Amino acid sequence: MLSLERRQVDSRLMEYLSPVLALVLTVITGFLIFLGLDRDPVEGLRLFFIVPISDAVGVAELGLKAAPLLLCAAGLTICYRARIWNIGAEGHFLMGAVGATIAALHFGEGTGFWILPVVLLAGIACGALWSAIAAFLKTHFHCNEILTTIMLNYIALNLLLYAVHGPLKDPYGFSFPQSAMFGDAALLPMLIPGTRLHIGLLFALLAAVAVGVLFARTFIGFQLKVLGEDHKAAEFAGFPRKRLVWFAFLVAGGLAGLAGASEVTGPIGQLIPQVSPGYGYTAIIVVFMGRMKAVGLILASALLALTFLGGEMMQIGMNLPKAMTGLFQGLLLFYLLTCDAFIHYRIRLTRRHVTASAGTNTPLATQES
Amino acid sequence: MSPDMIVNILAATVVAGTPLLIVALGELICERSGVLNLGQEGMMLIGAVAGFAGVYASGSLLVGVIAGMAAGVGMSLLFGFMAITLAANQYAAGLALTIFGTGLSAFVGTDFVGKTIDGFTKLPIPFLSDIPVLGPVLFNHDLLVYVSLGLFVAVYVFLRHSRGGLLLRAVGESPESANANGLPVLLIRYLAVSFGGAMAGLSGAYLSLAYTPLWTEGMTAGRGWIALALVVFATWRPVRVLLGAYLFGLASILHLVLQGFGWDISPELLAMLPYVVTVVVLVLLSANPTRTRLHTPLSIGQPWRPSR
Repeated sequence: MLSLERRQVDSRLMEYLSPVLALVLTVITGFLIFLGLDRDPVEGLRLFFIVPISDAVGVAELGLKAAPLLLCAAGLTICYRARIWNIGAEGHFLMGAVGATIAALHFGEGTGFWILPVVLLAGIACGALWSAIAAFLKTHFHCNEILTTIMLNYIALNLLLYAVHGPLKDPYGFSFPQSAMFGDAALLPMLIPGTRLHIGLLFALLAAVAVGVLFARTFIGFQLKVLGEDHKAAEFAGFPRKRLVWFAFLVAGGLAGLAGASEVTGPIGQLIPQVSPGYGYTAIIVVFMGRMKAVGLILASALLALTFLGGEMMQIGMNLPKAMTGLFQGLLLFYLLTCDAFIHYRIRLTRRHVTASAGTNTPLATQES
Repeated sequence: MSPDMIVNILAATVVAGTPLLIVALGELICERSGVLNLGQEGMMLIGAVAGFAGVYASGSLLVGVIAGMAAGVGMSLLFGFMAITLAANQYAAGLALTIFGTGLSAFVGTDFVGKTIDGFTKLPIPFLSDIPVLGPVLFNHDLLVYVSLGLFVAVYVFLRHSRGGLLLRAVGESPESANANGLPVLLIRYLAVSFGGAMAGLSGAYLSLAYTPLWTEGMTAGRGWIALALVVFATWRPVRVLLGAYLFGLASILHLVLQGFGWDISPELLAMLPYVVTVVVLVLLSANPTRTRLHTPLSIGQPWRPSR
């Protein structure tokens, strides 16, 4: 029979192979799903994974979706490396969007090169402030951060809805729940003319690299890693646990807040209720898929961005629900965790009957098998 | 406030607390075996859509309930495979279950949006429902409310007074010692996780068959997460789960109550009340870490595999 056996040393190969295997298994499952739905599976997979990025505009759209994912994931990586289970990126993101909107609407049609940085900083500050709540509750009241951050996500969503129905609502917006359009000075410059891709992508790439450097080159990164792998060792070494927790939360909140701010000042240009299609949650998958390394995060954010585009393409091209996105994302994370087991374990074919009775040949040994 | 109004609020509280009670009882058993399943929200959504689909296809509420529970069990077995057999990180596996369940339920449920079914209707218990106050509050509900109370009694007796409950707790406190004593640790954990799945599925089915009765995407609205907080709040004890479920139930209908009083507060702000209450309760409870630690199943969240 098959059994799992602990490896002496964790497999480096499996660590990098696992995301690839997960993708392959997801594609195979997707093939079967299309078959089950009585659709052409090859055409379905082509529409989901290839058609969305088959031209320059498509690639730009991919970057547009990857940027917020990467920003959120870079921040979450800092938390997860330290085993701080912050799943509040969605909330940080939404609050960042609200904060940036408040600033942008304040400046209205004003001009000045400093407006955009102030608007983005407002977003960062609001995101960090939101994550500071969870940090405070964790360090001062020992609250489980998973539960507090998820609750704060729901609260943030309701605050956003309140904002667009109330104080931030466009007075000339025909009573649609959305803010007024931002002034030009509050909009992010374009990266590639003729597309919607803005310089938010550069922020994201920079953040990914910075997180890579943080863990490869800095003492604080080292402390965070130790805290995650063995918090008792971190305690003995005298690392400031509370300060590290605060650092992880604030950076994660700030980066996700920047993602939210970039979304409203970038492709949307105003605050709307559907400002996030779940970027903050999908970013969790990006972190795991990207192996918490800079290059991995970048690749994984592109892949997960593709699932958003693929879902839209499903709706347009095959009249299938957009929810295909969530299905593929869930499958991907599922298979990834399954494959990850083989980093620590290997499969062994054991034939206990033969080995046990060959050695001792006692009734006890055969009973054991 | 008139007495009638109080009775109405209490009755609505019981109804709103019921899905929380069901899912939290399942998670309680699961966590008592040492497994933390963060996938409650995903399992509930799958249970809700499967339950709705079952009734839509067959017209029978029983089929719907069974479908919801079976779907919940199926999801929990996926989790069990990762968290128990493959000894994966339970946090990550649970999150995966929620993300997968959210996506899958939205995908499967697309066709059911806007459809209607004949859901559970009120089933007053003869004589008992005529008791003043207590009657309308406890004995004038749909069948599943009574089932949830029966489940509560069953879980309470199981944990406190049965051999099975003892074995379950032994596994949760120390899988190593339980294994040394010859208990099938992995099997017991699988059973506990499946029970959690069945309860989450039933809870989801309650939402789509009795509470609304409709299917909408993401209709659980964080109840699975609130239930997880509830189990911590209850320090892993059934009676407190029951009280907590109704407390959170009250929090989730409070906005209707306040609107009834004519308070002019925006509905969006009021809608965040249950989540705020959850955070506040967590703060009040977690402020004393020793107290929580004393009651936490010792092995919770730690993957365990037999060393042989």
